[in-house]
Amino acid sequence: MAGYIARRLLQAIPVLLGTTFLIYFMVFAMPGDPIVALFGDKTPPPHVLEQLRERYHLDQPFIVQYLLFLGGIFRGDLGTSFSGQPVSEILLTTFPVTLRLALMAVVIEMVAGISIGLVSGLRKGGIFDASALVVSLILISLPIFVVAFVAQFIFGIQLGWFRTTVGPGAPTQDLILPAIVLASISFAQIVRLTRSSVLETEGQDFVRTAASKGLSRGRIVPVHILRNSLIPVVTYLAVDFGVLMVGATVTEGIFNVPGVGRTLYQAIIRGEGPTVVSFVTVMVLIYLVVNLLVDLLYAVLDPRIRYAK
Amino acid sequence: MPSNTRPDQQHYVAPLEETPLVAIDKVKAEGKPTNLWTDAWADVRGRPMFWISSVLIVLVVVVALFPGLFTQVPPNNDCQLSNSNGGPAAGHPLGFTKQGCDIYSRIIHGTSTSLSVGIIVTVLVFVLGIAFGAFAGFYGGWIDSVLSRLGDIFFSIPYILAAVVIMSVFSQYANVWVISLAIGIFAWPATARVLRAEILRVKNADFVMAATALGVSRFRILLRHVLPNSIAPVIVITTISLASAIVAEATLSFLGVGLPSSTMSWGNDISAAQTDLRTAPQVLILPSIALSVTVLSFIMLGEVVRDALDPKARARR
Repeated sequence: MAGYIARRLLQAIPVLLGTTFLIYFMVFAMPGDPIVALFGDKTPPPHVLEQLRERYHLDQPFIVQYLLFLGGIFRGDLGTSFSGQPVSEILLTTFPVTLRLALMAVVIEMVAGISIGLVSGLRKGGIFDASALVVSLILISLPIFVVAFVAQFIFGIQLGWFRTTVGPGAPTQDLILPAIVLASISFAQIVRLTRSSVLETEGQDFVRTAASKGLSRGRIVPVHILRNSLIPVVTYLAVDFGVLMVGATVTEGIFNVPGVGRTLYQAIIRGEGPTVVSFVTVMVLIYLVVNLLVDLLYAVLDPRIRYAK
Repeated sequence: MPSNTRPDQQHYVAPLEETPLVAIDKVKAEGKPTNLWTDAWADVRGRPMFWISSVLIVLVVVVALFPGLFTQVPPNNDCQLSNSNGGPAAGHPLGFTKQGCDIYSRIIHGTSTSLSVGIIVTVLVFVLGIAFGAFAGFYGGWIDSVLSRLGDIFFSIPYILAAVVIMSVFSQYANVWVISLAIGIFAWPATARVLRAEILRVKNADFVMAATALGVSRFRILLRHVLPNSIAPVIVITTISLASAIVAEATLSFLGVGLPSSTMSWGNDISAAQTDLRTAPQVLILPSIALSVTVLSFIMLGEVVRDALDPKARARR
């Protein structure tokens, strides 16, 4: 196990360096003045330009610029937003809100997705199964902003069950609707993943053995089938995290949730390039760490991964 | 004991005349030989989902190529602010946008944008994915290490976020080609991974060894023997990536870093209608339906093709 962790950590280093380099390269190795390009059709005040040139060390050779930028990230210096607030400070206030929203979404999609996927798989070919497949197919095809607007219109405006935008301090009851919207994309994937995984596990020898030993259905389903079907669902969590980050950017923007996603959304809408770059870098770093954790969790769950070369 | 056993023989062995080889061979000789693709076609042909999605896709392609067949209203020339958010009128079956433009005409004329982005991204992902996946899987060793780590790096940045950064830098040059490049350049690693895994499986097959023994060059083996036998999962993932690319373009346009507002695009129209969701929801919902149905038809086709090409998935149906 220790060997696996060490190997996995070593593998993460080139990826970490590579991704930050790639982002930096995309933004700052372009012809022309990257700082001016970042602002699009806006003309920022000269002192802002000056500050940014200093932050990104644009008077140095490219590779030195990158190393200085990387050093800054490790010291916790993630740059300054357009309004002059340090990005790390914005993260401190916005991250807890996003974390709460994301956790709610993950709980909703996992509980609903796994239970519907399980029932669907156990009753393959029935009406429940067929409708679950059709609904999940439709949900997969709907872009998240369409789901968000439709939910906002139906549940917020028409039925009035929820507030259409989130109030100050982001109380949990206001976050329910955005969390459901955020959960909707991965929910559909989890239903299908659980369903096919259950179908595969159901045919395994150990399930037949359990049945022939005379174990009740009530024990076979949760202990033998469900537990063994969950491994692909856990792996999906890592992919899901990327989906959640993009989803949170759109959902928080539409429902006005004061989280990391809305900050990025507003920076994109207003064309504040440097802030966008800082936030995307932070998100990619978080994404890398989460992927690493999921890989380790996976190894704990499945011994085959641990011992494979 | 039957009479045809020799004295030293311990077990009964059926004489050849009892099971004539001709009879055994005959079973296989009947009918045309089948392979993965003919089997898949036979499977797909009988599924209504295949025909529904195919008809929808053909319709979308025809609309994209010949928008003039479906609407006589030019997309931009007819906008009158007096019609702002107006309901259906004669010659304008779906009503008007906030700018007083004909919604139906804008949806029809926006089709080619979405479809072009989808196709360009898919071709890009297909080519990059095959190049990286094939070389990494087939040659192995340090080539595999370098290419796979490179793929990991691109895979670690969610492609919509990467495209957001690229489009923020290139906002002045935003057009269909630039946005497709921005999406495609980060979307290929999934395809490469799938192909690499499949090639690792196929490259030890007997027919590869036979080709090697015949003296066929390595590159030719890859091109003529290994690649055609490992392309099936790539076809599936490519169909689905077309749908994802269309969603990605709409999302970028929605975020305001996609195509310029002068370009007809469903994402742009949805984005522009969001402020009036309360008073005129149809302006937002109609282009959303067009977008979702297009995406749905490609995803449905991908599902059907996956089921047909993967015997394991067929069993799960």
